[in-house]
Amino acid sequence: MPDKEGAGGSISISAGEKGEARLSLAGRVYLDDVASLTRQVGALFAKNPGHLTVDLSRLEEADTSGAIFLLTMEDEARRRSIPFEFVHMPQQVRGIIDLIDRDAVRPAPFPPRARPQGFFEAVGKITARFFDDLGQTITFGGTLLSEVALGLLHPSSVRWRDVVVYMKKVGVDGMPILGLISFLMGLIIAFMSSLQLKQFGANMYVASLVAIAMVRELGPIMTAVLVAGRSGSAFAAEIGTMVVNEEVDSLTTMGFNPIRFLAVPKILAAAAMVPLLTLFSDLFAILGGMCVGIVGLDLTFHTYTELTSWALTVKDVLNGVIKSLTFAVLIAGIGCQRGFAVRGGAQAVGDAATSAVVSGLFLIILTDSTFAVIFNYVKW
Amino acid sequence: MDEQPGRVIEVEDLSVRYGDEVILDDVSFGVSRGEIVIIAGTSGCGKSTLLRHMIGLGRPASGRVLIGGVDIATASDEQMRSVRRGIGMLFQAGGLLGSMTLGENIDLPLSGFTDLTPEMRETIVRVKLAMVGLSGYEDHLPGELSGGMRKRAGIARAMALDPDMLFLDEPFAGLDPITSAGIESLVQEINRGMGTTMVIVSHELEAIFRLAERIVMLDISKKGIIAEGDPRALKESPPNPHVRHFFNREIE
Repeated sequence: MPDKEGAGGSISISAGEKGEARLSLAGRVYLDDVASLTRQVGALFAKNPGHLTVDLSRLEEADTSGAIFLLTMEDEARRRSIPFEFVHMPQQVRGIIDLIDRDAVRPAPFPPRARPQGFFEAVGKITARFFDDLGQTITFGGTLLSEVALGLLHPSSVRWRDVVVYMKKVGVDGMPILGLISFLMGLIIAFMSSLQLKQFGANMYVASLVAIAMVRELGPIMTAVLVAGRSGSAFAAEIGTMVVNEEVDSLTTMGFNPIRFLAVPKILAAAAMVPLLTLFSDLFAILGGMCVGIVGLDLTFHTYTELTSWALTVKDVLNGVIKSLTFAVLIAGIGCQRGFAVRGGAQAVGDAATSAVVSGLFLIILTDSTFAVIFNYVKW
Repeated sequence: MDEQPGRVIEVEDLSVRYGDEVILDDVSFGVSRGEIVIIAGTSGCGKSTLLRHMIGLGRPASGRVLIGGVDIATASDEQMRSVRRGIGMLFQAGGLLGSMTLGENIDLPLSGFTDLTPEMRETIVRVKLAMVGLSGYEDHLPGELSGGMRKRAGIARAMALDPDMLFLDEPFAGLDPITSAGIESLVQEINRGMGTTMVIVSHELEAIFRLAERIVMLDISKKGIIAEGDPRALKESPPNPHVRHFFNREIE
């Protein structure tokens, strides 16, 4: 192999009679030289020579880029109707030039241009895709719910070992961050509201404000958002990767039902852990509020707990738990659905994880609003 | 079409489309009990697609596949379960569950579909792994193994329930000659020892000549079968130039 380090083609241009140009290439022409050579040749073409002869007798060696440079030069001359010829082409260079498909050097004369999508076509396609997606999600949801019901009726068909693994992943592993966020939420709500309530001497209502806001509304939502981000995306990525690696197909061919095998344990684990996480989040938020109460509002621990328990009813707590149970099934379900819908490669897995979180958040908000309406009408 | 005696798999006028793109068009052939059939053809001609449809992993646009006389597209869950019980499949990358050890992977069908005691299952797992030359790898995860080992482990899992039919997708691709020869002789031993029907997707000429009693050749332009029969006979008198190019490793 020749040493490419010492390479460097040089070009010398001499003008003959009647605008005739003779171009002589010397040395080695490699990828790194092509840019400067192209510039020099461009300058030569700008002068519109009447005839161009390229002498390659002193050219020692060229790589494919060098050969492409020679061919584009020939092409450019032909385009400008300048008579053109190579003289004294060395064997090595000819060999390289023969390797090159000349049709590939020139851009296609009429590149097939992708027809720009019209407005109505785009809207139609997006709508069709939306309904297709919706149909798939509903079908999957139905299958999943029936499989979960089957699992609860025949507990032996459920892979309980997996359930425990996912309970740890969804629940235990999520506790530190959820505890921290909830504690800070409680702290902030208490602090902000105390600033306002102080003006009316209504400090004692800080406790009930924190308790009711967190237990009824924010606790379940915060928990669900966190679980969607941590576990919904993880479910989608895990199942998506298994689809890409043909692991899901291999389960099917072995006679297992992939939904029962992969999705049901995740749903059960989420349904068991998210309500518990919600209670945990409520507790830490109340502790956060209590910090503000004791430090900033001169309430005692006893007073604060009294005020909190006076404000809260069992109904409030149950409200939150029921909501969080629904959130859990939705988040885990959409995560699994997005995972199973993966087609293609690594990028599709990433998209599925993103989509699992976005759809999860959307469903959380939608369901929470629905619950607000239901609880408003159904007095219990 | 009448079912011929001894035919365990019948593919009848199978057509496969992805959207508007036709992948396979009117493919028909059969596989007899105990036979080794290789589905061959150049890259991208739909070999793997055909195999996937033969085991019911895809929905054909038209036509049907019968396994043991059961149409797998319209079979009930119960029928499908017994069909699946009788087939083993090796996927291109092995298809092992990445989160489970080799032992757990092979135990999966055993614990899922049999009432064997845990000790018995453990013994079967050990024996199956030894059969493919992976003794002592029970506690390894698939990710810790080389590609060839993963394929052998995949065969061990496909063989876990001693199926009547084994489907192998590219079992020799990307392997060194020694490993590849090892898998070839494994396939042959399983076939001779247990009379297992084998359907193999491969384009390795050596494997085709050494293993195949019959070869089904697909072609990308015809989107279907261009030749079928004994590979040696096909090489002697190729029915068309493409088959000749294929067997003689010539460019077109």
